[in-house]
Amino acid sequence: MRNVFIIWRKEMRSYFVSPVAYLLLAMFAVIFGFFFWNILGYFVFTGMESQMRGEMFPMNVNEQVIRPLLSNVGVIGLFFIPMITMRLFSEEKRSGTIELLVTSPIRDGEIILGKWLAALTLYGVLLLLTALNFIFLFRYGNPDWKPLAIGYLGLLLQAAALLAIGMFISTLTKNQIIAGATTFGVCLLLWVLEWVSGYETSTWASVLSYMSVVTHVGSFSKGLLDSKDAVYYVSLTFLGIFFTARSLESLRWRS
Amino acid sequence: MITVKELTKRYARNTAVDHISFEIQKGQIVGFLGPNGAGKTTTMRMLTCFMPPTAGTAIVAGFDVLEEPMEVKKRIGYLPETPPLYPEMRTGEYLEFVGSLKGLRKPELGKRVDYVCERCAVADVRDKLISKLSKGYRQRVGLAQAIIHNPEVLILDEPTAGLDPKQINETRDLIKSLAGDHTIILSTHILPEVEQTCEQVIIINKGKVIATDSVNNLQNRARGAESVIVEVAGRNGALDPAAIQSRLEKVSGVSKVLFKEKRETRNVFEVESGRGRVVRGDLARAVVEAGWDLNELRPSAMSLEEVFLQLTGDNAAERATAPNEELAAKGAGK
Repeated sequence: MRNVFIIWRKEMRSYFVSPVAYLLLAMFAVIFGFFFWNILGYFVFTGMESQMRGEMFPMNVNEQVIRPLLSNVGVIGLFFIPMITMRLFSEEKRSGTIELLVTSPIRDGEIILGKWLAALTLYGVLLLLTALNFIFLFRYGNPDWKPLAIGYLGLLLQAAALLAIGMFISTLTKNQIIAGATTFGVCLLLWVLEWVSGYETSTWASVLSYMSVVTHVGSFSKGLLDSKDAVYYVSLTFLGIFFTARSLESLRWRS
Repeated sequence: MITVKELTKRYARNTAVDHISFEIQKGQIVGFLGPNGAGKTTTMRMLTCFMPPTAGTAIVAGFDVLEEPMEVKKRIGYLPETPPLYPEMRTGEYLEFVGSLKGLRKPELGKRVDYVCERCAVADVRDKLISKLSKGYRQRVGLAQAIIHNPEVLILDEPTAGLDPKQINETRDLIKSLAGDHTIILSTHILPEVEQTCEQVIIINKGKVIATDSVNNLQNRARGAESVIVEVAGRNGALDPAAIQSRLEKVSGVSKVLFKEKRETRNVFEVESGRGRVVRGDLARAVVEAGWDLNELRPSAMSLEEVFLQLTGDNAAERATAPNEELAAKGAGK
């Protein structure tokens, strides 16, 4: 456990010493801020319009602001995850520091876990940034906090799985760009797989749609804690970590 | 301290290390010498548990690299060919990180960092970013990380590669000063390095060990018979080299005289004697009695470079099996 912490601390340090973390945080804040402003603006606009027509229709902050926002965060996350994971192993392979890690008295699993947790922590910090915007909703409105918390949990689970996959991809190459681009492609594919369910109802379509990461975040952003979806993310995470471990081991046999 | 038996590493298409065996005693400093691509790095990587061998065994500090890699890793310090540095860290931070990876804890960690900074002369760049350090400093930081946990065995892969002559000397001195506390293996393709720093040398070529011996023995072995450089000058005007040569050949014990060059009035010869004959005294007498000036008379030590070229040249493998006679013959024929 101590070794996991040592690796985690080192990864956190390199995220925050280099401009990487700040750049990601700033971009994320701007993009999310724009979404927030947009969706809130639309919400206020429809509210005013319904008042002018004289017909009151039920307005709900949770349903009309928080839920679309959270699913948007999930999509923005797809773009940010490759940037978080691409350097995890490829950088170590390129600079040769992987030799230091692997010849130190520390297990592969500890290296992997430390790195994955660091990536997840950085993503958590990104999510924390979005919470700043939600404070305004609580200040001026009266939304229910429970669906919001579950929505965040869903986003974290989704990120945990994608980060593990991204980490695996970064063990495959010395080139960060290749690792990043491949991870991006895989994330994107896992996202758009869901589209087939829009027009197809065959078994194939439902399998494909089940594999999509977006299918499973839906219930969370509705505020539902569905164990089926949680199991999906947890098993995807394990798969990613398992592949990373195998890939790191094979590095020794091949290189 | 290190016992290697029939160690082999095969890749998909080629065999990088082919059944090598050697043994290294505690406290020794051993040079691992071979041309590029000879299998030095692969061997070191197997010793450091970076990669497992295809066949054979290696026991480092009493533990098998395959059976108990964790125990081996605790006892070795490794400096790969490119020092494994994180450019975004500061020197002190980096050493603390490596120290904690190797299992050191505070307050001992702090003491060790102080100590290695002092020992490797990197104390003045402790708060500098590693990305800003010069190559010489980086190499020393690399050495500092290798000794941070006071390992029994130090494995250094080309520790002086890419340094300027002054840095090379500093690094060599540093390595020599570490020899007492640690058993050191260093790989290199630079011969003077082995001559200057190592006691023992293992020459490896194409994945095979072709010679294992002390540096002194190896030089003697290649030389076999004694060879002497003689420089003779005339008192008045130039001399006929042929006359000198025939006179030198008459000295008892001399087996061969080779005219090397003529520098104005001076003539330089290389004289070889038979095995076990000391001819320097007789040579001097012969020259002086003939009325010539003896300007220089010195044994020509064969540099390790020549030994190395002989050993790694063609048919090196055959020569390794019956080294002494063949090498002597080769030495005499030079």
